[in-house]
Amino acid sequence: MGPMLDIKNLHVTVGEKEILKGLDLALPAGEVHAIMGPNGSGKSTLSYVIAGREGYEITKGQILFRGEDLAPMQPEERAAKGVFLAFQYPVEIPGVTNTTFLKEALNAIRRSRGESELDAMQFVKLLRRQTKELGIPDDMLKRSVNAGFSGGEKKRNEILQMAVLQPLLAVLDETDSGLDIDALKIVAAGVNRLRSPERSTLVITHYQRLLSYIEPDRVHVLAHGRIQRSGGKELAAELERTGYAEFKAVAAE
Amino acid sequence: MARQAISADQLLQGFDAGKGALPGRGLPWLANLRAQGRERFRTLGLPTAKLEAWRYTRLRPFEDTQFRPATEADGRINVDVIPALLKGAAARIVFINGLYRQELSNVAGLPAGVSIEPLAKALAAGSGWIADHLGRVAGETPQAFFALNTALMDSGVVVKIARGTSLDLPIEIVHVSGLTDRPIMYSPRNLILVEEGASATVLVHHVGLGAGAYFVNGATEVDVRDGGSLRHYTVEAESIDAINLATAHVRVGRDAHYEAFGLAVGGRLSRSEVSIRLAAPGASCKLNGAYLMRGAEHCDNTTVIEHLAPHTSSREVFKGVLDDESRAVFQGRIVVHKGAQKSDGHQLSKALLLSAGAEIDQKPELEIYTDDVKCSHGAAAGQLDAAQLFYLRSRGIPEALARNLLVQAFLAEAVEEVSDIGVREAMMDKVVHWLPAQCYLQEQWRGR
Ligand SMILES: Nc1ncnc2c1ncn2[C@@H]1O[C@H](COP(=O)(O)OP(=O)(O)O)[C@@H](O)[C@H]1O
Ligand SMILES: [Mg+2]
Repeated sequence: MGPMLDIKNLHVTVGEKEILKGLDLALPAGEVHAIMGPNGSGKSTLSYVIAGREGYEITKGQILFRGEDLAPMQPEERAAKGVFLAFQYPVEIPGVTNTTFLKEALNAIRRSRGESELDAMQFVKLLRRQTKELGIPDDMLKRSVNAGFSGGEKKRNEILQMAVLQPLLAVLDETDSGLDIDALKIVAAGVNRLRSPERSTLVITHYQRLLSYIEPDRVHVLAHGRIQRSGGKELAAELERTGYAEFKAVAAE
Repeated sequence: MARQAISADQLLQGFDAGKGALPGRGLPWLANLRAQGRERFRTLGLPTAKLEAWRYTRLRPFEDTQFRPATEADGRINVDVIPALLKGAAARIVFINGLYRQELSNVAGLPAGVSIEPLAKALAAGSGWIADHLGRVAGETPQAFFALNTALMDSGVVVKIARGTSLDLPIEIVHVSGLTDRPIMYSPRNLILVEEGASATVLVHHVGLGAGAYFVNGATEVDVRDGGSLRHYTVEAESIDAINLATAHVRVGRDAHYEAFGLAVGGRLSRSEVSIRLAAPGASCKLNGAYLMRGAEHCDNTTVIEHLAPHTSSREVFKGVLDDESRAVFQGRIVVHKGAQKSDGHQLSKALLLSAGAEIDQKPELEIYTDDVKCSHGAAAGQLDAAQLFYLRSRGIPEALARNLLVQAFLAEAVEEVSDIGVREAMMDKVVHWLPAQCYLQEQWRGR
């Protein structure tokens, strides 16, 4: 079987602007890959195009998820198939409680897979287990989705959603930014708990810090819309020392 | 072909024959009141867009539909299930096409001090206080449809909560309309008197059956005396071709409180014009509402809150959702009169437009004639938030359900203003049922 995520010569345009310019990436099942790169290099663009956000147009190339082309799929179909994006900037939804949101999401995914919905009791049980492991207070479940959450709470909430939905492919877009060391450890533990031979994770980050808690199998450097370099986890440490100047220069075309 | 504008006289045609059958026959004061109403209606004529209060709402339905007075036979039609909204109500009064249906109503077991009667019965019983209040709470008002109601009032209820009496459970008044051979018109008139220190909750539910046209021209007068409190809720779920015009006048006394919430979920034209006078120090009101319109429906909320005394306060929140080609109007005026210092008035109107064809006209107005007041108003209209939609969908929630969730969340902010929990749940259920696809979300609103 091919990789879980296979991105080939991906060109993506946002508005009139081409952001991804021939990106190649293969992420095998069971592995964790990191994508690092300077600000504005297209990391979030990549994450959105995987999740199916409107306005991100694939002009060339393709994204295969378990051999299937993601392009024609609605965001909810992708989620049902096991794609999950932890947003760099989680969205606030006043008036929808976190619990309702999580329950609707889980049951929608279960329905689309032909599984039975969880009733309120079963769901609460499942949720309790996850919140306990992630150290999330009950009060956060009763509040509206991300509304008035601190930066750290929002990121932890993304990980809670991931833990509840149990995706096959998790893309974490700078989930580490703005976290203190304790929150970072919690997030990393959440990701590590999900590691298994049939799941994959794409960790997008600006810093090496998170990668000392989530050990990546491979590290890729994204700059100017393409993977400029790939290597083992030692590449992250090297980047931490040298910075991204090299890649900024490379792509200055 | 150009539409024919119709006149006040034409609308009155057909009603003169039945004049003798109107309730309160033989009461000179009432005959006098009706005559005045009739005269005023003819003088004022049908409202046109030249009138500030009718600037954005046209009376087009009157041009293509002829209404006849509702008859006893219209009121005798068989209705299998009375669409009651509340499980626990202190009393229920049911009207069908304007006719009081005693066998479907239940007013037994009300505590002493609470009296609820259909208008016709109350007039026949000759309760003296009615003459002192009917038409007097409103005073002389240049509102044509209020005047028309005064001339033709034929149903509705008279409620009196005696001094110091408090009624916990709501009184539910149900008006079922429709299923007649030709379009009918009837004129419910409600009078609610909450005496000193008394409190009560009244829910008025207008519901249409079938798809035929009809015209309900309602008028309500409310007097909340010193230290009294009234929660006054309305749900309008009229048929697609129906017209519901409601005009209300409310007087709030010293340290008294009036809370209103109006939910409109249907009707070709549904218009509510509410005037509240905060008449004595410490008087306060909450005037809130929500509306959900689709197709070619039109909804108009026109409100005036007058602060006439010091230390009075008002809160107003209206939220609406408009789909297809529907239209809504919100005109909210807050007037702080001279001498009403230390008052505060806050108003907010928000609309969610679900389609490119939907439209809203909003006109918030503050008129302040005194210093030392706190007032604010805001109006906004927008679409569903694309980022929120994407976020929900990225978690597997199908688009239709995601939209429902967001619409519900938007309206919940308004419905949460309803302080009676049973009524709030009933309102939220109405909202859920209005939504395009069934959702799985009801329990969220239950626990609150
Ligand atoms: N919605 C948008 N419209 C136009 N340009 C955008 C939009 N989103 C991102 N961009 C641009 O695309 C480039 C890549 O952005 P992004 O993917 O957010 O980078 P990163 O996540 O690596 O910081 C930036 O130059 C940014 O300005
Ligand atoms: Mg980014």
